[in-house]
Amino acid sequence: MNAPLIIFFVLAAMAVVGALSLILQRHPIHSALSLIVVMVALAGLYLLMGAEFVAAVQIIVYGGAIMVLFVFVIMLLNAGVEERTNLSKLAGFAGIPLAVALTGFLAAAVARSRLRTGRIAVRRHRSHQSARQSALPGFRLPFRTHFLPDSRRYFGRDCTRRPPG
Amino acid sequence: VNDFVAQHAEILISLVKIAILLFVVLTVNAYLTWFERKVVAHIQSRWGPHRVGPHGLLQPLADGLKFLFKEDPTPAGVDRFVYYLAPLLALALALTSIAVIPFGPNPIHFKGHDIYLGIADLNIGILALFAITALGVYGIALAGWSSNSKYPLLGGLRSSAQMISYELALTMSVVGVLLMAGKFSLRDIIDAQASAHGLFGWGGIFHWNILAGPFPQILGFLCFFVAAVAETNRVPFDLPEAESELVAGFHTEYASFKFAMFFIAEYTSMITVSCLCSILFFGGWLSPFPASWTFTTYLPSVLLIPFGLWVIWDGMRYETIFGKLILPGAGAVITALGAVFLIFPAVNEFIQGPFWLLSKIFVFLFVYVWMRGTLPRFRYDQLMSFGWKLLLPVSLANVVITASALLWSSR
Repeated sequence: MNAPLIIFFVLAAMAVVGALSLILQRHPIHSALSLIVVMVALAGLYLLMGAEFVAAVQIIVYGGAIMVLFVFVIMLLNAGVEERTNLSKLAGFAGIPLAVALTGFLAAAVARSRLRTGRIAVRRHRSHQSARQSALPGFRLPFRTHFLPDSRRYFGRDCTRRPPG
Repeated sequence: VNDFVAQHAEILISLVKIAILLFVVLTVNAYLTWFERKVVAHIQSRWGPHRVGPHGLLQPLADGLKFLFKEDPTPAGVDRFVYYLAPLLALALALTSIAVIPFGPNPIHFKGHDIYLGIADLNIGILALFAITALGVYGIALAGWSSNSKYPLLGGLRSSAQMISYELALTMSVVGVLLMAGKFSLRDIIDAQASAHGLFGWGGIFHWNILAGPFPQILGFLCFFVAAVAETNRVPFDLPEAESELVAGFHTEYASFKFAMFFIAEYTSMITVSCLCSILFFGGWLSPFPASWTFTTYLPSVLLIPFGLWVIWDGMRYETIFGKLILPGAGAVITALGAVFLIFPAVNEFIQGPFWLLSKIFVFLFVYVWMRGTLPRFRYDQLMSFGWKLLLPVSLANVVITASALLWSSR
């Protein structure tokens, strides 16, 4: 267990717990706060993958602008505690198996796709060199599979470099 | 123990730097309240605090103790978790944002380590800062909501609307500077200004972004400063805590140290904004004089020694015994500091960058206080139309003009 791996699991756990709490909370403001936790945890994961720009933009746009609007609207409408009806209780019975099934299918699809992970060149920078270099190779897979088919061309320092050929 | 220190030197250095910066920032915060009360008092032809200690200098200490020992009731019907989270969030985010700021150009060499002044020199420095300030809204908005009270709710609503509106102008006005520097790191932005093309080829002050070519960022600076004052909820944009309208706004239901946390957060963000203004537009640690004017390097001593002597002289004829003891001592320390800079050229060389940066920060803090003593509060509709109809278009125009000027000059 090296430090980046521990940080990864802490952030991943934060994201999952935040997402669960988002659904389970009874009050809209608490749900919105949980969503902010998810956003910040995701930004941390991006940072771990060496995508500082995406991390900062994730917090500025999602954590800052969009969630502030959510909170603002909830406060403005003075939304109260959610009332559980028979139908919303029913949603739990159908929703939980469906969510489990979806997660299973996604995990299977990722596992079977056998995407190869490439290494991206880390430009040397004054701060946090060692942490980033050790963090990069391991966590490139989820970023590439989930985010964009070819992140190399869209993000980070590789924009400046021409692809070979 | 030695092995442990050698292995984790970087982390230990960072921790020590964090502790020092935290201490300095909190002390400066405390004395900023004293400074503000004194300056506002003199603007209004009053004396200001002068009972606790000589010239009221121990007032911040008394205030701090008072904050700690006041009763801390939790109002009925508050949302407990959010109510306790809000001040913590406000304070933590405000203090974190200072970590990005570099305070001097040269490192201190200590046992083989280069220790730079400033905690984290990130390559996304300014973006990280904006990310932290973007989250800072929650402290105030949630405090207003969770208090279960009418005035704080109105304050919280006002603050979130105000911060959404002004954050746009705040970030847009910086884009001009970023275009000119081509970097996000604050240190790189200052370095870019040092090598910038000065107006008419002049040196010194004409290298700063506010005056440097191809397009001086005067519009950008004005938009940035106004938007930043609005972001920190200071006069004339203090609608979230307007005393005459909302009792105390979002922190009405907070008492004792939880109130102090909001207070410290506000003053810390004032300091951060002053740092940003100096770094982005006023050349950071660059001297306003051309490099050939070497005699200006003695300016710190020339300012400090007479000031120290004046403090000693003032202390000699102070009324109270306490003042007669403390003031000459403080004056002697200041004079000695000036003498040290004069005697050791290496120290003087090192001190130049921080000296200019701190002077600029001080000027901006004074402007903050000056505005509080001078300007009345905006009406709410004025605030909104000012932000959306004036600041945002002007900062957008600034981006377009700067980009065009850069393109034109690079051809």
